[in-house]
Amino acid sequence: MSGFFTAIVGAVSAFLGVIDPLCGPVGIFNLFLGKALLACGDAGWGDEIAFGFLVTGTLAIATLPVGLVFGFFIALAKQSEEKSLRLAANVYTTLFRGLPELLTLFIVYYGLQILVQNFAAAVGYQGTVEINAFFAGMIALGVVFSAYCSEVLQSAFKAIPRGQYEAGYALGLHHGRTMQLIVLPQLVRIALPGLGNLWMALLKDTALVSVIGLPDILRQTSVAARVTKEAFEFYAVACLLFLVLAFLSSLVFSGIESWTKRSEAAR
Amino acid sequence: MSFVTALIAPQAPPPAPPKPFTAARFFGNVFLGVWLALSVGIFMMIVDGWDPAKFTKYGPSYLSGLGVTLTLVALSIVLGGLISLPLAFARMSKNPVLSWIAYAYVYFFRGTPLLMQLFLVYYGLGSFSAELKELDLWWFFRDAWNCALLTFTLNTAAYQAEILRGAIESVPRGQHEGAAALGLPKKVAFFKIILPQALIVALRPYGNEIILMIKGSAIVAIVTVFDLMGETRRAFSRTFDYQTYLWAALLYLVIVELLRNLWNWLENRLTRHLKR
Repeated sequence: MSGFFTAIVGAVSAFLGVIDPLCGPVGIFNLFLGKALLACGDAGWGDEIAFGFLVTGTLAIATLPVGLVFGFFIALAKQSEEKSLRLAANVYTTLFRGLPELLTLFIVYYGLQILVQNFAAAVGYQGTVEINAFFAGMIALGVVFSAYCSEVLQSAFKAIPRGQYEAGYALGLHHGRTMQLIVLPQLVRIALPGLGNLWMALLKDTALVSVIGLPDILRQTSVAARVTKEAFEFYAVACLLFLVLAFLSSLVFSGIESWTKRSEAAR
Repeated sequence: MSFVTALIAPQAPPPAPPKPFTAARFFGNVFLGVWLALSVGIFMMIVDGWDPAKFTKYGPSYLSGLGVTLTLVALSIVLGGLISLPLAFARMSKNPVLSWIAYAYVYFFRGTPLLMQLFLVYYGLGSFSAELKELDLWWFFRDAWNCALLTFTLNTAAYQAEILRGAIESVPRGQHEGAAALGLPKKVAFFKIILPQALIVALRPYGNEIILMIKGSAIVAIVTVFDLMGETRRAFSRTFDYQTYLWAALLYLVIVELLRNLWNWLENRLTRHLKR
């Protein structure tokens, strides 16, 4: 049985190796830039940079759902009738939209470390606690993203007329169903351009996490640049990779946008 | 026959029905409590670790760091604004080569992280030090502050060009036609009719751009410029005191909030003729 699983895992990784866009047999680094510096494997830095590309993409994609969900609930809290809820949500957005992302990252990284350390000491564990850079980056970027996201969603909420809710209630749907069936589909359509901009900002902010040691594109290229003394070439490659990410996400977003507008196209 | 002999004394209104304790109220109170607890905790931490010696030692360097941040942002916003003018016109021009070049410039600077651009200029151009020495430009690129200024100027020029272009294109066509019908030359029409209306539209994005630059300027600390963030990191590396970051956070928050409120006031003031 275990042999079967290892065979499957081997086949999957072999398949991924074949379609790997950077380092595979038909990858960019092998086809076009197959020089010594960017070669994959031990000879060059191609595979390290490809790993950084993967880490950057993973961090951004892992942060997105966290930020979206939190942002949605904060947007709901901001238009609640309850004063204390509104106030708490406004404090949150003011705080995290006003702080530089780098500072937020440091505060989360060191603050979490202190918190966890104190907690561990209280439980009785004596030893140093290291916070994972990926996790700290995910929290810091997610917090910033959710603060901006709540603003975008709030203005989208304002664009949906009150009659839409009333129509939902008149049909006998309760609050959650109205939100899910009537408001959310329109909300996505209105908020999508703003969310696209936020996604681009998130993608660019992931570069900051390299400062606390996450091996993303920037860190991997920095290491390569320091070792080989070919800084310009490596940073140019890193810039190109970010442009590729930006281009890919603009393609995805235009796809999503036409998908959300599929009902309007027929008219 | 009966009639009223005594007036009914005025009655107090019935008591208001009690407010239901809803889930929203519960969560509102909980989250406010969390904020309160956090702020009290931070306050206690500051009081607990209060050290006048540290304050007198690092306080002035925080202020000088703040000065560096503000100078850097102000200079790059102004210089970037100057560069953004030809860029915006190139972007709107009918010449495809010119507009394509401007588009590529804007796409590059808006599509890559500011930190990456800074590294490209500071470390990347640093690897051409021999060539730069020959061109007699090495004195400029040797200093991290100059590199940061150059990067920020180029970066904000791209963003400001997009703001300007969007604002100019948002002025309705009829305004151009009206100016032409009055026989105004193109140049006068642009400066007296189009630009004033465009700048009102651009006011809010410009404010956002300045705030973004102030927040973005924190990254120059990574290339050894001692701005507010750089001084903070230096103080933290010497004292290992978490408070250093909280003080920096407070300073950044105050600046950003001041600017935001200033911009709200400015916008209200400048658009008062548009209010009905």
